[in-house]
Amino acid sequence: MPRVSIDVMLRDEILDPQGQAVERALPSLGFTGVAGVRIGKHIELTLAGDGTDVRATVEAMAATLLANPVIERFDWRVED
Amino acid sequence: MRVGVVQFPGSCDERDAAYALQVVGAEPVLLWHGAADLAGVEAVVLPGGFSYGDYLRTGALARFAPVMGALAAFAQRGGPVLGICNGFQILCEAGLLPGALTRNAGLRFVARPQPVRVAARSTWTAGLEPGDVLTIPVKHGEGRYVHDDPGQLAAGGQVLLRYCEPDGTVTRAANPNGSVAAIAGVTNPAGNVAGLMPHPEHAVDALLGSTDGRRLLGAVLSSVAAGRGGPVAAHL
Repeated sequence: MPRVSIDVMLRDEILDPQGQAVERALPSLGFTGVAGVRIGKHIELTLAGDGTDVRATVEAMAATLLANPVIERFDWRVED
Repeated sequence: MRVGVVQFPGSCDERDAAYALQVVGAEPVLLWHGAADLAGVEAVVLPGGFSYGDYLRTGALARFAPVMGALAAFAQRGGPVLGICNGFQILCEAGLLPGALTRNAGLRFVARPQPVRVAARSTWTAGLEPGDVLTIPVKHGEGRYVHDDPGQLAAGGQVLLRYCEPDGTVTRAANPNGSVAAIAGVTNPAGNVAGLMPHPEHAVDALLGSTDGRRLLGAVLSSVAAGRGGPVAAHL
């Protein structure tokens, strides 16, 4: 039963107003020296079965539903 | 003419859409998201709201509703489909319209009467001329339209509406959400599928501030009526 982590981020050229808002808030709390903040989603899922075809399964799920390739990119890894 | 209005769990403007269609002379038919067919309607409206809670991304889950298969086939055949707000987001997620809708640049939910200018002649703007200004309410938190090549969209006649000042000038201040090239609505290349962030169904009664929504919703009725017996004219 492999546990998989998937990170979904807005593509670099897409404006991330959420990240910008956090970036602007940090100095007011005394955290200076932050040059950029981007916010994305972290998804954890557990695959039933013995873990054959994990790559094909995860990439198909991510490309079809978990990320929208028009605006987002994704990375994934098997945790254990 | 029978016009379908699809009801997803979390839709909230389907009754306003049905009322507005009635005002412009259509016979609205509410269609359930779990339906396998479109009950023989001649055009379909996907209304505003928060389908399936808008979890993951706006419109991402509604795209997989059973009715969407029939809708995609209808669109493929040239059937007129209009997505309003959440409906626009669903059509983009489904790949029936280009681009995507993202969080407003100002992070705020925006609700206000919004002047928009007609940018193309199409099925959806029959009777309107490019440059005409309509005032139609917007109300959304994720309406920032994103597309890699807005110039190419405009060249192909796919930009339907742009946010503008009341006099029709496109300015940064008039853009409620930071959409690229001030785009408020687009069509597919064939012109039969359209999506808008503004809500024409909320602008059909003078009592509520504007009747300009009738001109947009009425346009498709006259286009479909004109095209009866043949495919809907793409760009008139």
